[in-house]
Amino acid sequence: MALTTPAAQVGAIVPEQVRRQLTGRRSDTAGRIFQAVLIGAVAASVAVLGVLVYDMVQTGSGTLTGRLGDFLTGSLRSQPGESGLLQGLRGTFYIGVFTVVFAFPIGVGAAIYLEEYASKSRLSRFIDLNIRNLAGVPSVVYGILGLAIFVKALGSFTGPSSQGRSLISAGLTLAILVLPIVIITASEALRAVPGSLREAGYGVGATRWEVTRDHVLPYAAPGILTGTVLALARAMGEAAPLILVGAVTGFLSGGTELDPTTLGDRFTAMPIIITTWAGRPGPEWEQATAAAIVVLLVVVLLANAVAILLRNHYEKKRG
Amino acid sequence: MSDLTTPAAYTLEDFRGSRKRMRTEHLVRAVLFLAALLSIVISVLIVASLVGEAWTFVSQVEAASLWSDGWFPRRGIYDIKTLLTGTLIVTVIAMAVAMPLGLGAAIYLSEYAPAGVRKLLKPVLEILAGIPSVVLGFFALTFLSPVIVQRLSSEATQFNIAAAGIGVGILTIPLVASISEDAMRSVPAALREASYGLGARKITTTIRVVIPAAVSGLVAAFIVAVSRAIGETMVVFIAAGATGGSLFSTDPFKPGQTMTAAIASQAAGTDQVRGAGLTFQSLFFVALLLFAITLVLNVLAGRFVQRVRQAY
Amino acid sequence: MTDAPMVGSMPTSAPSRGGATVFDVHDVSVHYGDFRAVRDVSMQVKQHQITAFIGPSGCGKSTMLRCFNRMNDLIDTARVEGDISYHGVDLYDPAVNPVEVRRRIGMVFQKPNPFPKSIYDNVAYGPKVAGAKGNLDDVVEQALQGAALWDEVKDRLKESGMSLSGGQQQRLCIARAIATDPEVLLMDEPCSALDPIATGRIEDLMVEIKERYTIIIVTHNMQQAARVSDRTAFFTTEVSEESDRRTGLLVEFSDTDKIFTNPADERTENYVTGRFG
Repeated sequence: MALTTPAAQVGAIVPEQVRRQLTGRRSDTAGRIFQAVLIGAVAASVAVLGVLVYDMVQTGSGTLTGRLGDFLTGSLRSQPGESGLLQGLRGTFYIGVFTVVFAFPIGVGAAIYLEEYASKSRLSRFIDLNIRNLAGVPSVVYGILGLAIFVKALGSFTGPSSQGRSLISAGLTLAILVLPIVIITASEALRAVPGSLREAGYGVGATRWEVTRDHVLPYAAPGILTGTVLALARAMGEAAPLILVGAVTGFLSGGTELDPTTLGDRFTAMPIIITTWAGRPGPEWEQATAAAIVVLLVVVLLANAVAILLRNHYEKKRG
Repeated sequence: MSDLTTPAAYTLEDFRGSRKRMRTEHLVRAVLFLAALLSIVISVLIVASLVGEAWTFVSQVEAASLWSDGWFPRRGIYDIKTLLTGTLIVTVIAMAVAMPLGLGAAIYLSEYAPAGVRKLLKPVLEILAGIPSVVLGFFALTFLSPVIVQRLSSEATQFNIAAAGIGVGILTIPLVASISEDAMRSVPAALREASYGLGARKITTTIRVVIPAAVSGLVAAFIVAVSRAIGETMVVFIAAGATGGSLFSTDPFKPGQTMTAAIASQAAGTDQVRGAGLTFQSLFFVALLLFAITLVLNVLAGRFVQRVRQAY
Repeated sequence: MTDAPMVGSMPTSAPSRGGATVFDVHDVSVHYGDFRAVRDVSMQVKQHQITAFIGPSGCGKSTMLRCFNRMNDLIDTARVEGDISYHGVDLYDPAVNPVEVRRRIGMVFQKPNPFPKSIYDNVAYGPKVAGAKGNLDDVVEQALQGAALWDEVKDRLKESGMSLSGGQQQRLCIARAIATDPEVLLMDEPCSALDPIATGRIEDLMVEIKERYTIIIVTHNMQQAARVSDRTAFFTTEVSEESDRRTGLLVEFSDTDKIFTNPADERTENYVTGRFG
């Protein structure tokens, strides 16, 4: 122990002795166990993901390899061997469209206001806090909001033929649900824009909007895009709010056309189909459910992976 | 370029700027402000849409039916303690899964992992965070329940609260890991160096220096995870199996009901939310309760996060 | 027109050479929230001169510089008191648009900060937002020539401004600033991130272009002030009476020769002789 070497010995240090002191290995059993436990925690978390994906692919492989085309383009049927996902895919596609069309511009706009325009006034601090709390509101509560506003109060606009239980209601509800996520991630991206870039713009006499449009937004674009894709993936995977706004959980006639004039009709979506099928007994429904999950995972995880890689790529590029 | 002579005297007019540009500027500001204000409108709408019907429920429901032996809203039985107990059990099980795994992963990523490993693992955890909850619900029902829960207890039914709890726990691991890791990484390197400078080992530095310094953030991670677990719907809806209603139960190996699943299951399976008497309104009452609980937790967590920011 | 009154009982500065008064600063204080960063500054800045602001860090020289093109407006808590007039127009009149001010009073920053765009677009940006229509090739060429950068970049105007060396980037920033045809250039420690050779080129450039522009430069480098400036303002800090925090103030403003050889104030002398700061 170097620290415990008596001062008196310092004058007569033997190199051999110093060498022994410095190389003397203290057996760090506790440290090694601790590290093993930590690695175990990480491994378990990663393993869960692996097992889950493997299990779904394994269970769903029969359906996916046996009748993939039919599975993707068929409608809901009473037999698991005949049922297809087309109506769900259409619903999920339009929910994604609603998210991009509504949550993206409004969310980015709000983030620009909060980061670039608002002074740190009481109001802007309140808006900021409010957005953080909105992000923590359970999704089922957003479903209640959608039910009360879009289905009940505005039903004659959102779906005259479906008493408001339409894709329009669902899309708007989920756009509201992911809005705080878009705002928060866009705000983070805007905060990461160096102040010197803004100064450069103001220095040559650009207005706030010109600086934002020409310099800040292009710089923050990858970050904003990442946040939007993550929000999109979140919206496409949500089920609870859709149940509340009246997604069809049984059988649905029609609902296969991409024609936007049918957005006011009854609808279903991928997560709803999975939920419904998961509740049906028998291995055949289980296989169909697993296959539907693989399809949803491909869409959602691909979006996630692209977003994460995009962000990491730009982070690295900018050091 | 400027001429060499003194410019003619300026007047204020020279500095007013282009009308058109200023109009654009004001217009853009107004539009962006409205976008930001919309979040307040949404909050108000949430509260307004909850409170009205919830009040109808509270003022018309028979007090006795709020404390009976189960949650069967279609039969007019609204035992709130059934839902609260179910929610509590799910949350406790979820935290028992998510806290050790999430914290362990966070400590490893923040203190131990080599840069390369970290860069590989972070995205994996983020992808885990992106898994839709319906998927975990089905996984809980078809994998966790038979493979884990039913082995722990031979009494366990196929649909059970424990499997749902583990599923919710898995869902919150990335959340715990990410908030905790942020907290630990914001501990200044100087503190670690001070500890190493005294000859402390890595484990000592981590446990005695880094974790105490990051404790506010870790508490925040815990609270956020609890809030998320309480608010999670689909895992419980699919795996806990109480679609119609539920008897009061404290047995995690039996089916059960949480607040969230109770809301969803009343709306599902039928064409419309309906039922005897106050079924529709009871949904808003439970949702208001849920909203209030998660709001308190989120505000609390925000305070703790703020504390980390102020400290460093 | 009286000469600018000095802080407290400071002797007035020697009569200055040069032409018309560009800025007339009277009793200016700048606050950040409750904190007073700089107080009671009065001075006159003359046309076609290089005026240097020197002093220890925290003395408010950069803060003061940013009052001239209302850059401080961008900081929420900043508040400017007193009068700053530009050719007789009160810069802080409510009717004055800071955007117009910044077009006429250009700025070059401490760290070169070209836009992550092409060299051409960097220079053309100012005129474009100011409403310039049509082909800007001539404007870009003139500005780049004015900043002594044209010969080095004329064959690669499409390349990113970020691809240039530090010194070239700073000259690009100067070109960008003069492209809007300003009368004044404010330079906030423009050479602090550059090596001595690049610094020399910028200094030469400043002397060259002062025939066209009025330049105010903040520098922590006294030799630089002595080399390039006609007039020098020395700022320092004092502990304010109201709080424990340091407030900047103008000690002496005079011809550069006088500041460095025969300063009127003891504090100036201590600073320029290296006994303080």
